[in-house]
Amino acid sequence: MRSLKASKEPLKYFPDINEHLQNPMAYSSELYQQVILDHNRKPRNFRKIENASHSCHGINPLCGDDVYIYLNVNDKGVIEDVSFTGSGCAISKASCSLMTTHLKDKTVEDARINFKEFQNMIIGTMDPDKEEHHLGKLSLFMGVREYPSRTKCASLAWHTMVGALDKKFEGISTE
Amino acid sequence: MNDSKTLASTLDVDKIRADFPALSQTVHGKPLIYLDNGATTQKPLQVIERVRKFDTEEYGTVRRGAYKISEHSTQLYEEARQKVADFLGAGSKSEIIFTSGTTQAINLVAYSFGKKFVEAGDEIIISNIEHHANTVPWQVLCEEKGAHLKVIPVNDEGELILEEYDKLLSKKTRMVAVNHVSNALGTVNPVKEIARRAHAVGASVLVDGAQSTSHMKVDVQDLDCDFYTFSGHKMYGPSGVGGLFGKMELLEQMPPYVTGGDMIMQVTLEKTTYAKPPSRFEAGTPPITQVIGLGAAIDYMNSIGMDTIAEYEHQLLEYGTKCLENIDGLRLIGTAKDKAAILSFYLEAVHPHDVVTCLDQDGIAVRGGHHCAQPTMIRFGVPATARASMSFYNKIEELDALAESIKRTIKIFS
Repeated sequence: MRSLKASKEPLKYFPDINEHLQNPMAYSSELYQQVILDHNRKPRNFRKIENASHSCHGINPLCGDDVYIYLNVNDKGVIEDVSFTGSGCAISKASCSLMTTHLKDKTVEDARINFKEFQNMIIGTMDPDKEEHHLGKLSLFMGVREYPSRTKCASLAWHTMVGALDKKFEGISTE
Repeated sequence: MNDSKTLASTLDVDKIRADFPALSQTVHGKPLIYLDNGATTQKPLQVIERVRKFDTEEYGTVRRGAYKISEHSTQLYEEARQKVADFLGAGSKSEIIFTSGTTQAINLVAYSFGKKFVEAGDEIIISNIEHHANTVPWQVLCEEKGAHLKVIPVNDEGELILEEYDKLLSKKTRMVAVNHVSNALGTVNPVKEIARRAHAVGASVLVDGAQSTSHMKVDVQDLDCDFYTFSGHKMYGPSGVGGLFGKMELLEQMPPYVTGGDMIMQVTLEKTTYAKPPSRFEAGTPPITQVIGLGAAIDYMNSIGMDTIAEYEHQLLEYGTKCLENIDGLRLIGTAKDKAAILSFYLEAVHPHDVVTCLDQDGIAVRGGHHCAQPTMIRFGVPATARASMSFYNKIEELDALAESIKRTIKIFS
């Protein structure tokens, strides 16, 4: 949580600069979990699907995150293949990567349910530790809700995926 | 490590920091290191207290009440206008128009100057390193009038290429609009020379001063620019106020931008005649309290001295540049010879937004993004940068902390 409080007395500036800089990476556990960092370094399904049955372009104008999501959905409504390309921050890239691994072989209906659950989780209306959900590993992104300015980075993949299913040819913008 | 006392012999940073209550807060349990001064600056007690006193004891409407507190308020309001005029070196306070900030000031000129002086086939020149606020209004004007927008290119250091500028200038050029200091790169542009060359072909010149007025001495008569814009919240004053300097001979010919009360000479249902500048361009009740606060902010900067501020901030820039240059995988974007205290950088391994989030955990506030300067980002082949922008209240220890925090961030992501 952000704690922003003005102290009554001006702080003595940097009593010890080394002390200030210690506590190595304690914070990273909340947002930048190892799995997220790993998917940022080595994104899965990072490729274009030629002749995809569904695709969409998504941008986050504030940040400049810019992704394409591709899906191949068969006659039974099952997502046979799903992938992404583009560029963005670690959160948006890892979110794309983890989403694509999660959605493979799921139905379109499941994908839409997952989208709603993911949304509710990152805006804080669904607690994955306490409530039933179908997000599996995706609950790693729960930490994003402590960073309001970063929720759009995490949700861009999902908005773009739903945009592809809805055939939004003009693309998706998070603004 | 250098010692700040020897670095800044002319400026007592600890004493100055005591004037800024916001700087003593903690963020995530760490002392705040505020390095987003290019976006907005913190306020000294002198401004906070002046605004409080004004709102408590002196507030009244301006330019219309014939009673004591309104007359007093009007007097203070006009005194603040004089302070701005003196601060910018304007010949007359009637050449200072209060607006909501730089964005509105540029829009005012693009609309009003454009309506009067720009026709189909004319040309407007901007540069490749402008803020969107000094890009979009001119694009809109060109579209409406059938005029053409030309762009001065920059070299790899982020300096305007003046030989290319010369090639763009012609009898068709109506306006050259450039920033004094680039918000994305920190480049200080040679605006005096740019103005001289523009005037030689009969064009007018607008200088976007949003990033300059708090960091260096500005003299609009010496620069000989026709318009100069600024924002109060980037010069230790309140948000919601800023303004425009304009040469009277041009302002007098320009139609109003916003119409309504206070900008008229006489209104009948058939016809309205407009007031003279600056009133013509200040329709409606202005941000009175904010103008008073801006005046106090100018007093504060003057009490330190703009030359002292510029000298100290240049030392910060040099120190910070060395700190960041030594980091593997860090690329400084903007390395002009003449630079203001802005360090824009790009890490090979970490996206700027992740940099901002990680630095925030160390209490360090920097900006990450395209800085409302997407054409600049495109020119340098990066989607965004992280930017540390400094003020005279920053200490060199804070730049050491910045460098350490960046190194740790790189480690997390590698």
